[in-house]
Amino acid sequence: MSAMAIVWQFVEVALAIALAPLFTGWIAQCRAWMQNRSAPPLTQPYRMLRKLFHKEAVLAEDASLLFRAAPYVLFGAMALAAAIIPSIVTDLPFARAADAIALIGLFATARVCQSLAAMDLGTAFGTMGARREMMIGFLAEPAILMVFFNAFLLFGTTTLTGVVDGSAAHPSLIDPGAIFAAIGFVMVLLAENARIPIDNPATHLELTMIHEAMVLEYSARHLALIEWASSLKLFNYATIGIALFLPWGIATHGASVGAVFLALAALLVKLAACGAVLALIESLSAKLRLFRAPEFLAMAFLIAVLGLLVHLLMGANACA
Amino acid sequence: MNFDPANESPDERLEVLPSNLCCRRIQAGAVAWHEIARRLRAEQALLLALWGADDRDRDGRYRVYAAFLGRNEILVLAHAMDATAHPTYPSLAEFFPAAVRMERAVFDLVGLRSTHPDHRGWLRHSGWPEDWFPLRRDSDAAAQFPVAPEPYAFVQVEGDGVHEIPVGPVHAGIIEPGNFRFSIVGEKVLRLEERLGYKHKGIEKRFEALAVREGHRLAARLSGDSAVAFSWAWCAALEAATGAVIPPRAAHLRALALEHERIANHLGDLGALGNDAGFAFGLTHFSRCKEDLLRLNRSVFGARYLMDFVAPGGVARDLPPQALQQLFDFYATLEKNVAELRAIYENHAGVQDRFRTTGTLATATAQSLGAVGLAARASGIRQDLRVTHPWPPYSEIEIDAVVEDAGDVAARADLRFEEIFASLRFCRALLAQLAAGATQAEVPDAEPGLLALGVIEGWRGPVLIALETAPHGGIRRCHAHDPSWQNWPLLEHAILGNIVPDFPLINKSFNLSYSGQDG
Repeated sequence: MSAMAIVWQFVEVALAIALAPLFTGWIAQCRAWMQNRSAPPLTQPYRMLRKLFHKEAVLAEDASLLFRAAPYVLFGAMALAAAIIPSIVTDLPFARAADAIALIGLFATARVCQSLAAMDLGTAFGTMGARREMMIGFLAEPAILMVFFNAFLLFGTTTLTGVVDGSAAHPSLIDPGAIFAAIGFVMVLLAENARIPIDNPATHLELTMIHEAMVLEYSARHLALIEWASSLKLFNYATIGIALFLPWGIATHGASVGAVFLALAALLVKLAACGAVLALIESLSAKLRLFRAPEFLAMAFLIAVLGLLVHLLMGANACA
Repeated sequence: MNFDPANESPDERLEVLPSNLCCRRIQAGAVAWHEIARRLRAEQALLLALWGADDRDRDGRYRVYAAFLGRNEILVLAHAMDATAHPTYPSLAEFFPAAVRMERAVFDLVGLRSTHPDHRGWLRHSGWPEDWFPLRRDSDAAAQFPVAPEPYAFVQVEGDGVHEIPVGPVHAGIIEPGNFRFSIVGEKVLRLEERLGYKHKGIEKRFEALAVREGHRLAARLSGDSAVAFSWAWCAALEAATGAVIPPRAAHLRALALEHERIANHLGDLGALGNDAGFAFGLTHFSRCKEDLLRLNRSVFGARYLMDFVAPGGVARDLPPQALQQLFDFYATLEKNVAELRAIYENHAGVQDRFRTTGTLATATAQSLGAVGLAARASGIRQDLRVTHPWPPYSEIEIDAVVEDAGDVAARADLRFEEIFASLRFCRALLAQLAAGATQAEVPDAEPGLLALGVIEGWRGPVLIALETAPHGGIRRCHAHDPSWQNWPLLEHAILGNIVPDFPLINKSFNLSYSGQDG
């Protein structure tokens, strides 16, 4: 493990934390353009965070330690996840400690923590949101695992850095199964990040909320951390998607500083494209009835399994 | 219904009431009050309004009035009670379920108790004591009371896995206050109970301090989205009471404004329905259409939301010279835009999946609950005063009747689309034969002590103003009735069996007025 690798590790996490609100702002801007509205500035999420950090935190009288600790746990979990995902370099010392399955566990930890905190105060909306979040979560996890298995089978590793290194070593390898996996992944991404068609981050209708219902009782710095963690989660999902399906340009082991800067430029271009596509999907679709969400996620799971089948069948052909 | 005076008991006396529609009053004793209501129910009459009045200074009695919409006319039942400590009258709730809340409000305001067992306050939210009644003649409008919060007994639903979600009166978005208590199992709604009255402003008491010639301005502000309907109903009552005849051009311009109000509200609702289904594109585009209409309103009628355009004796101003061409051009553009947006809504699988079979109100339920207006028409009931009881200019220029049968959110959305097109056709026909001449007529002084009714089909349903004149151009009593009174209870039935997250969409598809019902 070189000293340089440790530096890149920190740079990468810092970059994720700094860029996450920008990515959210970019999606909001694309959405506004596609709906013929005048768009908020790109920096709007940062202004929101600054505003929230300047406010006085108000806590319910019955709030326990869990309620107060949850925003920090959430933010910590998402920052940790960013350390495992190779967004610009694959030489990440941290990634050796945890593979992609541990990454799903990390997201699950954050989810459980947030749901418990939402139920902590005993308000009707918090409980309702937590209930719905757990329903979405337990359906989304198997689907994302299936997506990962597609890549794992292809490169014989369970780490994301391994997958990126593998695809860099075989740039001509195009697996048709990956197309299925990518579709499944985008569906899970929408569900997991409270986007339309599963949830609407812009809604003010408390009865329809999932993610928003859980954070209704938070204010000031707590809310800021939760919002930031949500941006970071979306950023993480986007970088996972890029690592799995569009890994070109990510600097591999022993790359020069110039290659890393090139990787950063590539990342920004890819994120901009991903954000625009996400905004397009969100603008074109209406929100699903809550009870269609299981069908939606079951479909994501099925598509990922199809990818796996295609991969296995092709593999069998290649051997024969 | 036909009343033959020879067959009536001595306390049933029929007299014609001044109104813009054919309207008669029957003075009824307690037995006749109940009996006539039963017969009206059997004839499928609709309850339009129910209100109380304190006439102790005149003849030592209290009165309760009920206005019904019959097949050919409006019938007002008046029942007088002696001024005892606890004046009581028979409840009409067994025939007209919507009467329950109106009877509770009559007690809160005038202190007349119906025989219905539900004695919870409706409009009184601990803002004044239970034994003080603001609309009695001896109650001081300026009186102040300390607010002492009182509990409100919502109906409890018990059973395995049943729990309650209290929603409101303060909501996450900026909307009017209303308290909704859901009893649910999982996500399924077993029961919804509404509590309204948070926006009670004491408008009916305020009327009594105004001159009869300026009352239309307050009436327009009872529910801001129905400004034309309320101010026209007010002016119609006043003009009927004084015998004033408005010039034909003024009637035409009032109808034009009423249809503009309808179109603007329908456009806003259609956008909001798209937004509540998570389809923000719809909101943006319908909002733009609505904004264009509001700007046109401003240049043609002088007010975006048409406040104070309708005035006693006619309208506040004539159309500017270039208005006709402007209006025709706008109608053509709007019709094209709305047709395009309708195609987008109807071909969007996601939106249709949210709209169809959501919040279904069956025709039979709507009928037994006495639904009125837009909500009734979306459930297959042909209730539209402009068609069934037309007044000028609707009696000379016909408007197409629109009825949908399904009773779900999609039906209420479709009805709005169809009504926009029907209103545009009507506006064009009206402009093509727009009468020339004056837009204002002289309104003579009103004779004191007259009761007059103004009933106008607003965009939500029939709006009613019952106006009683006082000496020296004053107002003795004014009851302003929004159709939301009858339609709020429909929502409690439309939500049954649906899931909690669909409630905002269902609520928006009715889009009832909080301010109008709270008064």
